[in-house]
Amino acid sequence: MANKELNSTDYIQHHLQNLTFGECSDGEWRFADGHINFGKDHEAHVEQKDYTCDVNEMGFNAVHVDTMAVSIFLGCLVSFFFWSITRKASVKNPSKLQNAFEYAFDFVRGAVNDTFVPKNNNIIGPLALTSISWVLAMNLMDLLPVDLIPWIANGFQASNMYGPVHYFKILPVADINAPAGMALGIAVLIHYYSIKNKGLGGFVAELTLQPLGKWALPFNMIVEIPGFYAKQGALALRLYGNLFAGEMIFILIALLFGSFFESVSGAMWGVLGILLHMGWAIFHILIIALQAYVFMILTVVFLNQAHETHH
Amino acid sequence: MNFNYTLIGQLLAFILFVWFCMKYVWPPMLQILEEREKEISDGLDAASKGKRELEEAETKKAEVMGAAKKEAAELINQANLRANQMVEDAKSKAQEEADRIKESAEKDVVQSMNKAREGLRSEVAVLAVAGAEKLLKAEIDQEANASLIDEIAGEL
Repeated sequence: MANKELNSTDYIQHHLQNLTFGECSDGEWRFADGHINFGKDHEAHVEQKDYTCDVNEMGFNAVHVDTMAVSIFLGCLVSFFFWSITRKASVKNPSKLQNAFEYAFDFVRGAVNDTFVPKNNNIIGPLALTSISWVLAMNLMDLLPVDLIPWIANGFQASNMYGPVHYFKILPVADINAPAGMALGIAVLIHYYSIKNKGLGGFVAELTLQPLGKWALPFNMIVEIPGFYAKQGALALRLYGNLFAGEMIFILIALLFGSFFESVSGAMWGVLGILLHMGWAIFHILIIALQAYVFMILTVVFLNQAHETHH
Repeated sequence: MNFNYTLIGQLLAFILFVWFCMKYVWPPMLQILEEREKEISDGLDAASKGKRELEEAETKKAEVMGAAKKEAAELINQANLRANQMVEDAKSKAQEEADRIKESAEKDVVQSMNKAREGLRSEVAVLAVAGAEKLLKAEIDQEANASLIDEIAGEL
């Protein structure tokens, strides 16, 4: 954590950096400089090769390993959890776990049935359930302390010390790629259903011939097309923004722990930090659950709009 | 915001998880819930049907009980009537029998009295004749005697 030689800006920037695996300047795929400090990468880091492996140079050719690992782990966990309940589910003699799951299941089913008009669509239910459960699981990672995983991975040492895992963001939704990936999938479905239900002509007409009729076509396009795509982009940005902001507050609060063991005043700041962390965490639980719910509801609403043939 | 291949990875992961849910979680769970809903509604139907049947049975029971009570009362009434009648009959029969026996006994008495009287009469006649024979010790015309005896006998 915040050493004397590490100032607050560095600390914040450090925590906003994902663990990145990508294409280095010599064209090889490798962890970015200093991100992983063991094995070949460690040697590369120490020896100071003539190439650079900077995150900013990688551009699109990179993967955020922490985001992928945490999100896929959580997705598998949620999927396996649901599957294990469903596999043993019974009509007449439900277990307590099944009852709890049925409550959640019915909650999602009720939300879908209330909002989504077309029946006999067998993708919307699973989509909504997966959205809310996966997003909720990922959002909950926000409650883990920002330094926890690097601290454990480095053998219980602060991550800015020389350890094997230097960067690790535990919260996948604070990386725009995770919500954007989901929103991209939903955008594909929105286009698919729009064209399927309204026809290509109908879909285009909806974007160009409203609200003022065909003589105001450029105006209609200016109004409708950004609106249509902003909805889908906002689906990702809303989740990302809320959780990123929450994470940012946690990082700022974590700064207060920096000199906990070093002086009396440091310890007092630390105690304040603990109280603030607790307060913000309690408040943030609301945002965590709310954003997961909003993401699911908006998914269902947008897909319902894609089924509406009359406007 | 640095977009990179993570975006594609997340998209694929999302598709995979939705597919998994669509295949292994949603349909069986939905089926279970629908089955349970059906079972509950069937159960409620059965319960209301049972209740209705119970009510019907209650009214029927009351009806049957009423009819049975009425019938029983009638039977008792009839039995009583019949018993009374039987007693009356027996009484009158006994009375008749008693009258008959009394009558025949009286008849018998009269008859035997008459018989005794007849016997006595003839015996008295014989005795009278014998007595007269002895008294008179005379030979008397048998025919005149006989008419005399008959006269005496008739006077007896």
